[in-house]
Amino acid sequence: MTQQTLETRIAHLLRDYTPQVLGAVTRRHGDFAAAEDAVQEALIAASTQWPVAGIPDNPRGWLYQVALRKLTDYLRSEVARRAREEVVASDAARDPFVAPPDSEIGIEQDDTLLLLFMCCHPSLSGASAVALTLRAVGGLTTAEIANAFLVPEATMAQRISRAKQTIRNSKVPFEMPTHAERTERLGSVLHVLYLIFNEGYASSAGDSLYRVDLSEEAIRLTREVHRLVPDHAEATGLLALLLLTDARRVARTGDSGELIPLDEQNRELWNTSMIEEGVALITAAMNQSSVGPYQLQAAIAAVHDEAARAEQTDWRQILSLYTVLDRLSDNPMVKLNRAIAVGMVEGPGSALSLLDELSRDSRLKEHYRMDSVRGHFYEMSGDRDRALTYYRIAAERTTSIPERNYLTAKAARVAFEGLEKTKRL
Amino acid sequence: MKYMIMMNTPAGTGPSDYQINNWSPESFKAHMDFMHRLNKNLRDAGEWVQAEGLSAPSEGKLVRAGTDGAPITDGPFAESKEFLAGFWIVDVESAERAYQFAAEVSAAPGPNGAPLNMPVEVRQVMSLPTPEL
Repeated sequence: MTQQTLETRIAHLLRDYTPQVLGAVTRRHGDFAAAEDAVQEALIAASTQWPVAGIPDNPRGWLYQVALRKLTDYLRSEVARRAREEVVASDAARDPFVAPPDSEIGIEQDDTLLLLFMCCHPSLSGASAVALTLRAVGGLTTAEIANAFLVPEATMAQRISRAKQTIRNSKVPFEMPTHAERTERLGSVLHVLYLIFNEGYASSAGDSLYRVDLSEEAIRLTREVHRLVPDHAEATGLLALLLLTDARRVARTGDSGELIPLDEQNRELWNTSMIEEGVALITAAMNQSSVGPYQLQAAIAAVHDEAARAEQTDWRQILSLYTVLDRLSDNPMVKLNRAIAVGMVEGPGSALSLLDELSRDSRLKEHYRMDSVRGHFYEMSGDRDRALTYYRIAAERTTSIPERNYLTAKAARVAFEGLEKTKRL
Repeated sequence: MKYMIMMNTPAGTGPSDYQINNWSPESFKAHMDFMHRLNKNLRDAGEWVQAEGLSAPSEGKLVRAGTDGAPITDGPFAESKEFLAGFWIVDVESAERAYQFAAEVSAAPGPNGAPLNMPVEVRQVMSLPTPEL
């Protein structure tokens, strides 16, 4: 095995075992925050020692044992610090180093789900929940997470430790929530996974050479959730949505990182196996029970993905899906996307009057996407002057560099074509 | 969301660009303690990305490329009433939080502890595109 494949294998092992080991250590000691720190230290120890010494025979037991030791050390120093007295602690972890067999660790199938419920607690901000989830459930090191979000490691460490403090203060027990709570908490879990995916999807357009692939990680964790709650239609919907979106990732940017919109993408670059899997999942989910926002978004992504050419897109179906989605949620982006679908079905005139109506919504009024969509439909209707104006406003308002470049190029094209036309006259 | 918070200080009078160099030791210390606390809070909140103070504008140069591409330096800069003294890059949950931090910076204590109310510019750092979901 080459060094690189060894390191990849180690990374995969660590990510798979992290939630299992953390669940077992937390169950044994009750203190999630301390257990999480200990497991993180064990992860770091493994990622430095294993590439040199080789993967131990029982890697999970090794991690568990090292984490327990770190935790014992921590608890000892903590007790010493607090009471300054002689401590009679269990010497179990001081015994000669023997990784315990799995049967002694107490691996529970539901631990991953429990940890997700804990890390995606509604009392945490999105950014905190994302960071904690990636570390405690995803098995990433603080350095890797910091690197993925382009912030210093100390900042990420602080964010994680504050998140754990919040959990500690809110006294969330490490146990399965009641059935009623479960649905609500699953909603938070799915939302956090969605945020992780978005972060990865956005950053994939940039210099991602040294960044952990957060989209892949989000898909991996969502798969895990889907495996644990296979009958939860929204969890299935989210997995389908992520697959159907990620399938287009390669086609979405050009050689120099420029943004390529859906209708101009080379569809042969789309990942067909991901599309097939996503379509199968969403079809099953939607036949199964009541629809939710993730399922609807996945269904929309599926309609796009199933069109071999942009002109073959079934906009009528997309429009009806957005109409249902709009009724379910009060999301300004959904309203805007629905307006696009209206324009594609009924023509630019209908879209533009709908956009006028939507611009009364303060959330959309000054949003660059509003301007960019207006630009698009004015261009479609042949009104180059207005198209140009709106593309330029949109380019000014976006906070994303590739999007700004895309809109600036679009404005330049409209201006140039207008000029050519005048010359010919 | 990342923001750049740019602190502009009024230019000093006399030999020093930085007003602060003419303050009393007590006022200077109060100001430095304040900035230290501000940075610590930012770190503790997990929002700190980077922060730097800049040397005096009289030490700065204006650079342009000559015809052969070699740097032609000019400067020091023309005198101005205010200049960039330092900046922070913060990673926060909302624009409001960035404004709040900027307001704290603005109110840093000046001579005799009176708030300086410095102009602080807040600009969002451009990011990568969001998904087209």
